Amino acid sequence: MRALSSSVCIVGVDESDEIGTLPGKSQLTLHLEAVHNAVRDAGLRISDIDGVFTAGQHSPATIAEALGVIPRYVDGTTVGGCSFIIMVGHAMLALHHGLCDVAVISHGESGRSGVGVSPRRDTALPGQFEAPYGFGGAPTYFGLVTTRHMHEHGTTLEQWAQVAVSTRAWAALNPKAKHRDPITVRDVLASRPVVWPFNVLNICLVTDAGGAVVLTRAERARDCAKKPVYVRGAGEGAEHVMLTQMRDLTFSEATRVSGQKAFAMAGVGPADFDHVMLYDAFTSGPPIMLESLGFCARGEGVHLFEEGRSTPGGRLPINTNGGGLSYTHSGMYGIFPIIESVRQLRGECGPRQVPGARLSLVNGMGGMLSAAGTLVLTNET
Amino acid sequence: MDPPRPLPTPITPEARPYWDGAREGRLMIPRCDACGKAFMYPRVLCPHCGAREITWIRASGRGRLFSFEIAHQILNRAFKVKTPVVLAMVELEEGPRLLTNLVEVEPDPARLRCDMPVEVVFERLTDEITLPMFRPA
Repeated sequence: MRALSSSVCIVGVDESDEIGTLPGKSQLTLHLEAVHNAVRDAGLRISDIDGVFTAGQHSPATIAEALGVIPRYVDGTTVGGCSFIIMVGHAMLALHHGLCDVAVISHGESGRSGVGVSPRRDTALPGQFEAPYGFGGAPTYFGLVTTRHMHEHGTTLEQWAQVAVSTRAWAALNPKAKHRDPITVRDVLASRPVVWPFNVLNICLVTDAGGAVVLTRAERARDCAKKPVYVRGAGEGAEHVMLTQMRDLTFSEATRVSGQKAFAMAGVGPADFDHVMLYDAFTSGPPIMLESLGFCARGEGVHLFEEGRSTPGGRLPINTNGGGLSYTHSGMYGIFPIIESVRQLRGECGPRQVPGARLSLVNGMGGMLSAAGTLVLTNET
Repeated sequence: MDPPRPLPTPITPEARPYWDGAREGRLMIPRCDACGKAFMYPRVLCPHCGAREITWIRASGRGRLFSFEIAHQILNRAFKVKTPVVLAMVELEEGPRLLTNLVEVEPDPARLRCDMPVEVVFERLTDEITLPMFRPA
C-alpha cells in the first residue's frame, strides 16, 4: 500500500464554465465544460485521456463517447456523492500499474434545474418501509442522525449552527460561492424550519454544476502546467444504505474504515493536517466525520468549528470554498472538495488562501454517512 | 377515498409475511434459526451470520424511540397527512430498527425524548394494506 503513496498526482482541476442555476445546460454539457477546463488547467489535451471515471446519471462510456476518446480504463462506481473521492484512489491504482496514463474524473449534475435527470434505482426497500411514513429527501434521514447525536452527546442547535456560520465566512471570500453574505448563529436558528432539528440554513444548496479532476503518474506530472499535487493516501468504505441498518447512528463506520486506510497509506494522522475539506450536506455531517476520523473524541466535533478555529485565520481551516452549505451542491458534491484542496495546495486561492498549506484532507460521504472516501493530498514529495 | 399516504410499493415476495401480519394487527419480523437474532428488513439471508434458515416471529410491539424529527414539509405529494408530523426510528425490543411515525403525541421536540418507550399501533389504509406505527407506551 505504501508503494502507491504519492505515485500519482492531480494535475488539473476545474468547474464547469458556470455553476449555479443553469436551466439552459444539459448534464452532459456540465461534464464536458468541466473536463475541458480541467485538462486545460493541466496543460494536456482531451486526446491524452485514456482513463474515464464518473458516477451518477452517466456511465463512463457516455462521457468517453462525448469526449471522442476510446479509454483503456473505465470506472463507474456509484456509492453516493463521495464516489468521485473514491475514484481518485481507483485512478491511482490504475495509473500506478500502467492500466492508463491520464485519468479524468468527471461530474456533471443538473441538481437544481433537473435537465434530463431521471432516478434509476431499485425502490423496493424505501418504497415499502420508508415512503409511507413521509421519508424521502436527505433531510428526513439525516435529521435522525442529528437528533440522536444531540441525545447522546448533548450537542445543541447553536453548535450545529456554528458550522454554517464558519462555512459562510469562507464563502464570503470565494467569488464562485452562491451565498456570500455573513450569517450568525441567530440567523441560522431563525431561518425557515424544514425538518427539526434542521432549518434551511443547516441544509446544503441545490445547484447545477460540473467539476473534473485530471491525474497522471508523478514523473509525467512534473511536465504539466501547474505544480503537482500528490495523492499521498486514499481510502474508501461502505456500511449501509438504509438508515435502519447503520450500526451506530452517530458514528460512521464507513468513514472510520476509509480514514484509517488513507492515513496508513500516507503515514500521517489527524494532527498533521493544515487544511480540511469535509462533505457538508448538513451542518451535523462535518463534526460527525471528524469524530469518526479520529480528529477528536465522540461528541466533540462541533468544538472544531468554534470561532477562530475553522474560520479564516484559524488553526484548522475547514471547507474553505464555502462548502455545500454556501458555495455549491449539485447533488453529488464530492468532486468540489477535491478541486478546492488542490487549489489550496497550489496557492491559488487569493483572499481565502490558507498560508503555507501543505497537507490537506478531503473526506466525503455517500448517502447518509453510508459510504465514505478519504484523500490525503500534499504539495511536497 | 384515497389513502392519505403513499402505499408501500412494491410489496416484495420476501416481505409478504410482514404485510400480511400487519393487516391482521400483528407485527411480524424475520428471525434467524442459526444465530437466533431477529432482523429487518426482510431478506433471504441473515445479516448477522449469513445463514439462510429463517423463521417469522411475532414481535411484542414494544420498543424505544431511538431517534425522531419533526417534518414541517414532506416532499412526496402522495403524503397528505397534515404537517408537522413526527418521523421516527424505533428500536424494537427484539433488536431491529424501523422507520415509522410517532403518533398520538404533540409534534414538539420539547415533549419527545430519545429512548422513551413506545408501542405499535396499526393504521388501516386499504383492504390490503395496514401500516404499523408507534405511540408512547
